[in-house]
Amino acid sequence: MEIIAIAALGFFAVGYFILGGADIGVGMLLPFLGRDAAERRVGIAAIAPFFLGNEVWLVATAGILIGGFPILEGALLSSLFPVFVALLAGWVIRDMGLWLRGRETGRVWWALCDGAIVGGSWTIALSWGWTFAGLLAGITDRPVAGAGAMLAAVGIAALFALHGLAFAALRLAGTQRERARRLSGESGEVRTFVLTSAAMTVAVLAVGWRLPLAESAADAATLAFLVPVLLVLTPLLVGAQAWVWWLFRHRVDRPSYL
Amino acid sequence: MNAETLELARLQFALTAGAHFLFVALTLGLATIVACIQTRATFSRSEVHARMTRFWGQLYVINYAVGIVTGLVMEFQFGMSWSGLTHFAGNVFGASLAMETLVAFFIESTFLGLWIFGWHRLNRWAHLALIWIVTLTAYASAYWILVSNGFLQNPVGYRVDGDTLVLTDLGALLTNHSTILPFWHILGGALVTASFFMAGISAFHLFRRTPEQEFFRRSLRIGVATSLPALMFTASVGGFQFGPTGESQPMKIAAYTRDHAEMDRLQAEMVAQFGPGDYLPPVAWVQGGAITMLGVFGLMLMLSGASFLLMWFRPVVLRFRLWHLLLIAAIPMPFIAMIAGWVFREMGRQPWVVTGLLRVEDAVSPVSSGAMLASLITFSVLFGVLILVNYWLLARQAARGPDEVALGRPEAETRPEPAPTATF
Repeated sequence: MEIIAIAALGFFAVGYFILGGADIGVGMLLPFLGRDAAERRVGIAAIAPFFLGNEVWLVATAGILIGGFPILEGALLSSLFPVFVALLAGWVIRDMGLWLRGRETGRVWWALCDGAIVGGSWTIALSWGWTFAGLLAGITDRPVAGAGAMLAAVGIAALFALHGLAFAALRLAGTQRERARRLSGESGEVRTFVLTSAAMTVAVLAVGWRLPLAESAADAATLAFLVPVLLVLTPLLVGAQAWVWWLFRHRVDRPSYL
Repeated sequence: MNAETLELARLQFALTAGAHFLFVALTLGLATIVACIQTRATFSRSEVHARMTRFWGQLYVINYAVGIVTGLVMEFQFGMSWSGLTHFAGNVFGASLAMETLVAFFIESTFLGLWIFGWHRLNRWAHLALIWIVTLTAYASAYWILVSNGFLQNPVGYRVDGDTLVLTDLGALLTNHSTILPFWHILGGALVTASFFMAGISAFHLFRRTPEQEFFRRSLRIGVATSLPALMFTASVGGFQFGPTGESQPMKIAAYTRDHAEMDRLQAEMVAQFGPGDYLPPVAWVQGGAITMLGVFGLMLMLSGASFLLMWFRPVVLRFRLWHLLLIAAIPMPFIAMIAGWVFREMGRQPWVVTGLLRVEDAVSPVSSGAMLASLITFSVLFGVLILVNYWLLARQAARGPDEVALGRPEAETRPEPAPTATF
């Protein structure tokens, strides 16, 4: 039972960092992908149908953590309190920018929302970098500090940006696609995206490896309830998301609802 | 335990949960009404109902924003600020939160995106199915959150094992009266909130004599015709709660009735059982919350009853401007009643976080008061700005009228289908 719970936790965490990581990266590089408000709106259209469905992978990860590993969840989140305040603040700001940008017109409104998307995305990526820096070093009882930690945090944030760029190259068209493609050179956009996704996966699994998951699983009665639900539900959740990805698989060259 | 951290953490959770509740109440009710209107539009191919789906759906989507982000923050706050609770009750309380994220939140967000962006791309029956999935998963979300909250109010189906709880009876946890009755009460209240919102905004357009008279006459009737049965239903289920609550949380009911003899008796009983301490909830808040809820309910019932009679007369609906003003002024009333009822429920549980098992002061995380204060300021400012911006956007969109809705705008109007080039 513990093994399945750990595998589910890993699955949803990896899902978040690959899918959600891509739209966070696009948000970070929005000023680069879109030189004016209109272009930035197209950049947003590249992630618009997905971002809500992407971030729930993290919601599910947190849910599995609190349901399957409650003591670890409490210990981890309260020890890393300032990191998660920053993460959540960035998340709220970015989502608001995305969600509300298209609801009004006017340069000031768009500039504010674009600022919220870019600033929020950087905050999220750096907060994850900060989290990973500590957890990879095996420090779970406080936020890490120091030059090494900062460097690691920036490195992880850079990975988010690269991953977003690779994703944008798959989603955008025309000059915006060319801008995003520079990363790939001659080697092909899909290959770059696979590489950045693999890097994300390795980082997440390495963090999971360092956490005392097996020792802190919930009581057997709780897992006996949660694990079967997870096993039945996960294929359905993945299927629903696959439908979304299939429906919006075409490249975008014009704005959408957001 | 740091007393200052405790107070700051409580304030932060109350503000986040309160903001969340204000917005999800409207989301939950409006989703239901939009789903019903879209069903009508899909079956009858009625043009006016298709436009209504888009207009009210647009307001629903804007309102959604605050509900989502406050919900996210709350989910993390359990671990960040209340690690004592997840440590002690995680085996029981955490399981239902996990279910909420998987069964409800995940599906709801995925399909909401499909509904918003899939307009005109999907077959209209598939598109109709989506709004119903979103609505039903929103209900599921409310249910699972109330399983968690119901357990805090009236713990059942557990056994104490050392310093943690262990789940022993899943059935008891899922059918807790503190879950089931409030679930229906809140669904009803959400429908009241949405129906007053709809009637008020329609009245605003009729008052201003905007050209869309037919559109808003029908919308107003839907709002009014929903509000009266929804009010009766909500009040009935609310009434049913007093009996069982009196047994599982006698102190809450004693505080509501300000029965000092009973409160003293319960206080003495708890001192004998749990040791010295103050087991009285803040009586003024409990009673104030309950009385406000009931008073506002009375006002709403009068307005809704009268409106129900008036709505049958077309000239009255179109021209009775004093009534229009009353309906506009009544938009905030269900929100006040919802928040007041929530204060009654949650304040009445104090000083316990899990009734009879864990006190709030023993649940707070070992975080410095400085960090907690910084967090409180960050989220208060963020949510404060967000709520103002959201209400401003809602008001502007509501005033604009049905032709200026971006949601579900036919692609032909703005954007031809992009050529299907590369895929991934």
